[in-house]
Amino acid sequence: MSLTLWNSRFSVTLLRQHTTIFTSAAPITAAHSLHYNYTFSTNSKSQQRRNLATTTSNYDYDLVVIGGGSGGLACAKEAVANGARVACLDFVKPTPTGTKWGIGGTCVNVGCIPKKLMHQASLLGESVHEAAAYGWNVDEKIKPDWNKLVTSVQNHIKSVNWVTRIDMRDKKVEYINGLGSFVDSHTLSAKLKSGDRTITAQTFVIAVGGRPRYPNIPGAVEYGITSDDIFSLDREPGKTLVVGAGYIGLECAGFLKGLGYEPTVMVRSIVLRGFDQQMAGLVAASMEERGIPFLHKTVPLSVEKQADGRLLVKYENTETGEVASDVFDTVLWAIGRKGLVEDLNLQNAGVLVQKDKIPVDSEETTNVPHIYAVGDIIYGKPELTPVAVLAGRLLARRLYGDSDLRMDYADVATTVFTPLEYACVGLSEEDAVKAHGADEIEVFHGYYKPTEFFIPQKSVRYCYVKAVAQRSGEQRVYGLHYLGPVAGEVIQGFAAALKSGLTIPTLMNTVGIHPTTAEEFTRLSITKRSGLDPTPASCCS
Amino acid sequence: MLHLKLLKKSSALSNCKFLVRSTSSVTKPKYDYDLVVLGGGSGGLACAKEAVEYGARVLCLDYVKPTPVGTTWGIGGTCVNVGCIPKKLMHQACLLGEAVHEAVAYGWNVNAQNIKPDWKKLIKSVQNHIKSVNWVTRVDLRDKKVEYVNSMGSFVDAHTIDYKTKQGERRQLTAEHVVVAVGGRPRYPSIPGATQFGITSDDIFSYEKEPGRTLVVGAGYVGLECACFLKGLGYEPTVMVRSIVLRGFDRQMSELVAAMMSERGIRFVDTSIPTAVERMPNGCLLVKHLNTATEQEGSDVYDTVLWAIGRKGLIDDLNLQAAGVATKNDKIVVDHTEATNVPHIYAVGDIIYGRPELTPVAILSGRLLARRLFAGSTQLMDYTDVATTVFTPLEYACVGMSEEMAIESRGAENIEVFHGYYKPTEFFIPQKSVRHCYLKAVAEVTGDQKILGLHYLGPVAGEVIQGFAAALKSGLTVKTLLNTVGIHPTTAEEFTRLSITKRSGRDPTPASCCS
Repeated sequence: MSLTLWNSRFSVTLLRQHTTIFTSAAPITAAHSLHYNYTFSTNSKSQQRRNLATTTSNYDYDLVVIGGGSGGLACAKEAVANGARVACLDFVKPTPTGTKWGIGGTCVNVGCIPKKLMHQASLLGESVHEAAAYGWNVDEKIKPDWNKLVTSVQNHIKSVNWVTRIDMRDKKVEYINGLGSFVDSHTLSAKLKSGDRTITAQTFVIAVGGRPRYPNIPGAVEYGITSDDIFSLDREPGKTLVVGAGYIGLECAGFLKGLGYEPTVMVRSIVLRGFDQQMAGLVAASMEERGIPFLHKTVPLSVEKQADGRLLVKYENTETGEVASDVFDTVLWAIGRKGLVEDLNLQNAGVLVQKDKIPVDSEETTNVPHIYAVGDIIYGKPELTPVAVLAGRLLARRLYGDSDLRMDYADVATTVFTPLEYACVGLSEEDAVKAHGADEIEVFHGYYKPTEFFIPQKSVRYCYVKAVAQRSGEQRVYGLHYLGPVAGEVIQGFAAALKSGLTIPTLMNTVGIHPTTAEEFTRLSITKRSGLDPTPASCCS
Repeated sequence: MLHLKLLKKSSALSNCKFLVRSTSSVTKPKYDYDLVVLGGGSGGLACAKEAVEYGARVLCLDYVKPTPVGTTWGIGGTCVNVGCIPKKLMHQACLLGEAVHEAVAYGWNVNAQNIKPDWKKLIKSVQNHIKSVNWVTRVDLRDKKVEYVNSMGSFVDAHTIDYKTKQGERRQLTAEHVVVAVGGRPRYPSIPGATQFGITSDDIFSYEKEPGRTLVVGAGYVGLECACFLKGLGYEPTVMVRSIVLRGFDRQMSELVAAMMSERGIRFVDTSIPTAVERMPNGCLLVKHLNTATEQEGSDVYDTVLWAIGRKGLIDDLNLQAAGVATKNDKIVVDHTEATNVPHIYAVGDIIYGRPELTPVAILSGRLLARRLFAGSTQLMDYTDVATTVFTPLEYACVGMSEEMAIESRGAENIEVFHGYYKPTEFFIPQKSVRHCYLKAVAEVTGDQKILGLHYLGPVAGEVIQGFAAALKSGLTVKTLLNTVGIHPTTAEEFTRLSITKRSGRDPTPASCCS
């Protein structure tokens, strides 16, 4: 039987072949015979799990994934590709203002995709002005059509939803549009349009993700919106108060400004908590330079709707105790996100939670051995789509394929899509100091001037890069930070370099690509310790 | 001999060992200068400035011969004046023209119908920027105490250089070390009318009239880049290809670049060479050409003819035989220390035979050379795995081996090629073509699968590949690449999503976006 042959090949393959052989060759209909085969095969931990699945096949599914976002879908599809019978539950509760969306989770519907498109729209508005400087005869008195933009963004999202559904159908992942909650550790009750349904599974993966928090103040829920609403808002946002200075708040404020609205950012304590604070300060300064006001050390007290329909926001400066108010067209809460543990009835399954998240071990296992979690619902891990995707995929391979490979949560690169983008990978300067001591780290840094900025006379004041490295020995690079154009594109390759053990000597011996901004990393020569001026002199020698 | 000053350490050469040289003060140096650099381009200036940092007495000679149509420029060499800087700015102008159309799709009420660039305004902006860089360069040289003479230097003997002063007097000076960094200039074909009527990349960035209908002869990266920015600015370029596009680059990627250009309406005349250029009474240029495959002759009329058939090293005026320096074709042969056959004469940059002709290569090798000469460093320039980018509208960047090179050096059975088409998120709304958005990784087939080369065709390719170049230098493997978490949504993350091998025969077109 060909499967046996295939299986023997399988036992000697590496990660590479999983993707190449399995997604093409794994015959879905042969899932059961596949399980029989595994009873003859060797003894890895994951295969023992599979044997368990076949001997106790009195469950509806091998795997039920709760949550159809990036992590859940990746896990479900990979599990099917490795021969498991999989169902995926997905349900979106409407926001207080009634916004809801289709399959695919936060990223596709109310996260990275729409925000990148809004960011792009705002960059293109800048480009029109730059085009004039480069000699194009364009009329610079331009305005965006908010409704057209939102329609375009939503159309794109719907096309992605559709592709996702087709992809699931093709890959034979059963999709259940219902809210799941545990009855016991192997049983789920799903609320469907057609009524309740009980589903049993050998294994569960919880990937329900998170949703924005609302502050506990009068008017917050009635009058405020969140990132769940902004990308489908059916009116122009106008003068907007963005409460919160995490990356979501800053990104929303950034694209609203770029689209010609008037955002104000209210900051409770610090900007971009968790990020390198020097870089965070530069990001905030670059936004202020573009005319976005920041209200520091301030918390909102209440939101009231005025007779004219606008929103009166009262707020307090927590340092001075001063209370003030201002009127906005829109109030957007970006004060953080909470994990969606509430509807899961986790206590019925005995799964422990911490705050509103689920703690897992290095294999994404909860305290209940056959219940796992991936994505934003995990306690204390980066809330990022590609993290969820990779973690979900690797989990499925450990469960149903012949892999022991665990997710490596270290050195995950990320980007903040503010007008001048900020991307980083590895340690912040603070974390490096904390981990290794100030005397043991060397920080190389420099301001730089993107070639393209000269003609349109764009501000280069905040174009800045730094490398945080080991001071002695091989001078390992601990972290890289970049503020400037296309930051995500710049940092991605360096993330691969960090994972490959990048050192300062290697970085300096990497020949630059001229003229790019990414090459600035190869030109870093000034250490903070030297006290030398990190502003650039010449361009090309 | 070298006057030893306090070594002001400004650079990050933390693993460079400084040799303490003789501290006995010298009454009269044997040579006028410790170092004379011939050529004030990227490599020469980097070398000169670095040498001064370590206490050397340095003079740099720089001179630009005007082109046949009279174009000339200031200090800084090819890159700043007639190379990477102006071409990137022209490229950017084109991308911004595209951006205006995209802005409409994203809801901006800009009138994108019939937008036109103002060629003269663009040229003026580009030239103003160049002049500001020239000026910064001069100030920088003055600050760093590099003596600069705007004259053509030539050898009298191995330690003596002759040049003409501004006043027209001939002068001679002596140097302990000489670095030849004179670079190259575009070639002209030897056919009737070539120099009278044709221009090159030396002229296009300061060209006073709109180029109009332009024949670009040559399909190396200079030719393709020029054709592309001309197209993007609304002119009508035609590319004449003698044999293949982008010789020396990965063949598959090169063909994709050409196909992407064709899709944008750039005409290619394949397997053809020009035979004559004539000026017609109306001022237009009649170009006769020969298809070398069919032997068919043809002709067409253009407003501008731009030669991009290659570049030659500028050895002619150096009188190298007086110093005994050996050359090959029009380049200078050096060893791994950039030394010529004459031990105290070195060469860096485009004038070196058989090395990548790229600004950052020249800079780094010039700088490292200076450190070896004057700071006791032993670090050599590593010419392998140099990343580069072709600034066509969809940009092409690569680092490491082409697929052909990998097959040639390792054997087809020992390499694995991962590849995939992808769809940049931003392309959907303006419905930009994703047909040629493609990337591949060429790797070893066994073990952790060390990566030999990476290739990327898409937006901001240079920005994407730079970090991967550092990764390749750090020993990147496929295993590591696939465990690198992507940054979403970017195009660079596609490298971390590569899963389909060419060997599998599977369809490399993408399905889902975010899971």
